[in-house]
Amino acid sequence: MTSSARLFRLPRVLCAALALLFAAALVQRVEAQDISGPLAQLTTNKYDDTEAALGALALSGSPAAAGIVSALADGKLVFGGTPPRVFIEGAGGALIDPLTMQPVTDAPAVKPVRVNNRIRRAIDAASGALSLVSPDAVKRREAALAVGRSRDEAALPALDAALAKETDPKVKSAMNLARASILIGKEGITPAERIAAVELVGAEGNQDALAILRSVPESAAPEVKQAAAAAIEGIERNLAIWGMAQNVWYGLSLGSVLLLAAIGLAITFGVMGVINMAHGEMVMLGAYTTFVVQEVIRTSYPGLFDASLLIAIPLAFVFTGLIGVLIERTVIRFLYGRALETLLATWGISLILQQAIRTIFGPTNREVGAPSWMSGTFDVGHLAITFGRLWIIVFALMVFFALLGTLRLTRIGLEMRAVTQNRRMAASMGIRTNWVDAMTFGLGSGIAGMAGVALSQIDNVSPNLGQSYIIDSFLVVVFGGVGNLWGTLVGAMTLGVANKLLEPYAGAVLGKIALLVIVILFIQKRPRGLFALKGRSIEA
Amino acid sequence: MSASVTNMTRQPALLGTSGLIFLAVLVAVSVLVPVLNLAVAPDSAVHVPTYVVSLLGKYLTYALLALSVDLIWGYVGILSLGQGAFFALGGYAMGMYLMRQIGTRGVYGDPVLPDFMVFLNWKELPWFWYGFDMFPFAALMVLLAPGLLALVFGWFAFRSRVTGVYLSIITQAMTFALLLAFFRNDMGFGGNNGLTDFKDILGFNIQADGTRLVLFVLSALALGLGYVLCRFLVRSHFGKVLVAIRDAETRVRFTGYRAENYKLVAFVVSAMLAGIAGALYVPQVGIINPSEFSPANSIEIIVWVAVGGRGTLVGAALGAVLVNYAKTYFTSGILAPYWLFMLGGLFVAVTLFLPKGIVGTYYDWREKRRPHDDIPGAPIAAAGPAE
Repeated sequence: MTSSARLFRLPRVLCAALALLFAAALVQRVEAQDISGPLAQLTTNKYDDTEAALGALALSGSPAAAGIVSALADGKLVFGGTPPRVFIEGAGGALIDPLTMQPVTDAPAVKPVRVNNRIRRAIDAASGALSLVSPDAVKRREAALAVGRSRDEAALPALDAALAKETDPKVKSAMNLARASILIGKEGITPAERIAAVELVGAEGNQDALAILRSVPESAAPEVKQAAAAAIEGIERNLAIWGMAQNVWYGLSLGSVLLLAAIGLAITFGVMGVINMAHGEMVMLGAYTTFVVQEVIRTSYPGLFDASLLIAIPLAFVFTGLIGVLIERTVIRFLYGRALETLLATWGISLILQQAIRTIFGPTNREVGAPSWMSGTFDVGHLAITFGRLWIIVFALMVFFALLGTLRLTRIGLEMRAVTQNRRMAASMGIRTNWVDAMTFGLGSGIAGMAGVALSQIDNVSPNLGQSYIIDSFLVVVFGGVGNLWGTLVGAMTLGVANKLLEPYAGAVLGKIALLVIVILFIQKRPRGLFALKGRSIEA
Repeated sequence: MSASVTNMTRQPALLGTSGLIFLAVLVAVSVLVPVLNLAVAPDSAVHVPTYVVSLLGKYLTYALLALSVDLIWGYVGILSLGQGAFFALGGYAMGMYLMRQIGTRGVYGDPVLPDFMVFLNWKELPWFWYGFDMFPFAALMVLLAPGLLALVFGWFAFRSRVTGVYLSIITQAMTFALLLAFFRNDMGFGGNNGLTDFKDILGFNIQADGTRLVLFVLSALALGLGYVLCRFLVRSHFGKVLVAIRDAETRVRFTGYRAENYKLVAFVVSAMLAGIAGALYVPQVGIINPSEFSPANSIEIIVWVAVGGRGTLVGAALGAVLVNYAKTYFTSGILAPYWLFMLGGLFVAVTLFLPKGIVGTYYDWREKRRPHDDIPGAPIAAAGPAE
């Protein structure tokens, strides 16, 4: 908030500064680095001299200039002694030499340099200008962008002067853009110059450029207007594509969350045919495992905080996997072949687990922190990508392929597939079907627990965490096609992207409702999902 | 064809022993409770305070709701996880009538617009609120709104042969979508707060003891009539086809029946019964809000039926009253934090140890003792229906 307010304030100040600079540059050429002249002027304590000194300081390029100007702004700039010298008043009244930044030993009696409103404006202007010639390239670029947004013709000559000195290509292009932005609206330049400016701005391709191009004066030559219209059209098309890409990215991010939530269910429901309504609670237990791990780390091993998620993932897998095995051994194994009864029993288990967590940890949200590598953002073109979301997508895909590999390549995976395809034949071959059932359910639950670790980063960790995912998870699995992991992947990503593409038109809630209706209708069309297992049985 | 089927099987009596007992209990309750409320002095031990009358009335509407679930789950094998949606729609239809009855007595005193619309700065009544100032129209909507939704939903679902688990999941998605929709203020149904602050119904003060007694008796009447209707349906030829669909849908198709039409009729009747239950529930509870649509509510209805005994009708009603009595008892005392443990444990225990529910288990026991007695209801095969 404050930084944006500063940005909006900057241009006005900056233009004044540039005008001042330009004037100052004409009258006197101050040797770079040498600021003894302006410093002497400050000791006269006359407003005119102070103003002139500020102009000279702004142009000097001296590294000390910024400190002096800001000291003056704070009322910390003092002068005194014979001959009079300028000092910066440090903490506790100690005097500091403005050039060396060392404390002064023989401190004379001093009084502050006087400041009035005129000087304050000059201070603002000087500090703005200093950022344009600041040694920090980022600050120079920011200042150039601010000039571009202000589009004040008075700043043009000074901008030209700054351009001539600039070496950093990024800053230079920002200054060129600022110059073009000013030229577009300027009276009395040739159409060719204006078209060149239009093209330069058009190449920028963002919202600001769009606003600038729309302000081409009515009096401009027809070919200029044509060029501007073409550039506007190009930018709008470009922005629409980027907006779409951003929505698709959000959609993939949502899809990866759905994938994480649903992938464990794809095992318990899709492979085993158990309607596990307690699946959401497995996710919730995983999230609480993360919370407990972070609590232990906070109290005992603060240095390990960045590794907390990596520690929590295997722990959550083992913990929820064991709970899953326990549930399978005590309840579900008595209910095989009675899908709807399983639904009721697991719903009961989900209520018990929720209440247990509520009793232990309380009903309120628990704070799970993000390690440093999960926070931050980077840009790809006009896309803003957060590391947290990126890691969740990567993690979801890793879990997906690890699971696929387990089912395809390992012995236990082979046994799982054998048992689900033909239980009695598998038993005849010596496979311990009971044990495989327990392991399969444990695997599905464990994966749900790992999903919980990731979801703890983007959702509230509360006893109700699982409830919000259970309906979506079932829809993903049913939509993708039961018993088909690839279907789950495609289903999750399709639903995620469709949801985010619908949102701009329908709003978040209506978009969600529309999606539910679409999935319900889709299941009418393909009752066995996107990738139905082919079979010849009449009753699957 | 239909004649040969009816001749071959002995037709059970319309009500049967347990049905007669059920109706007798219902009549006794609907006579006793008003008498104990009105004629007995308030300090007497057997006096029934008015709040208990409303509570019992609420149980009776739940029993009717459970009955509607049993009709489709117990006899057709449709496990709807969205039955709460039909209940809530019936409730909203009644709630809209009650809102229009408030008139100028609302906080903002607008003669036409309910308070929440004035609050949202709406200028006129949305079209779907027209007619709800007339009771007959509202009563019609209590049947039509859930009935139409069930018709459209069922027509799509049964025609494309979505069955078993898939059907359960999409019914759940349906009620979830409605939950989200009714939470929106823009929908014009009071958003989050729902409809409440009712004043009177058909000119009678809704808070008055007399009105509450009448509503209670009406609930008992609706439950009794609903029971007789369901019994009539399930023992008819139509009902036999339903049971056949439950046990072997494909075979029924191969025999030449349009299974989807039978299922659709049962589904719509069940939705309308649920709607009536909702309409009787709202004036006794005094509020209807979107949480009635929550999928968890619908699943809870299933457990009432499972506890009482699926496919017995009487059991569904019994289960609804028992579970809700337990809920009231436990959630009000010191045991409140443990209620969810108990409810969850009940789900697990009933499915593991009492798969036929209380009434179903009783029937089994009686059948063993008197093997030639005719069996009311349609007992379910031990392993449960094929899904």
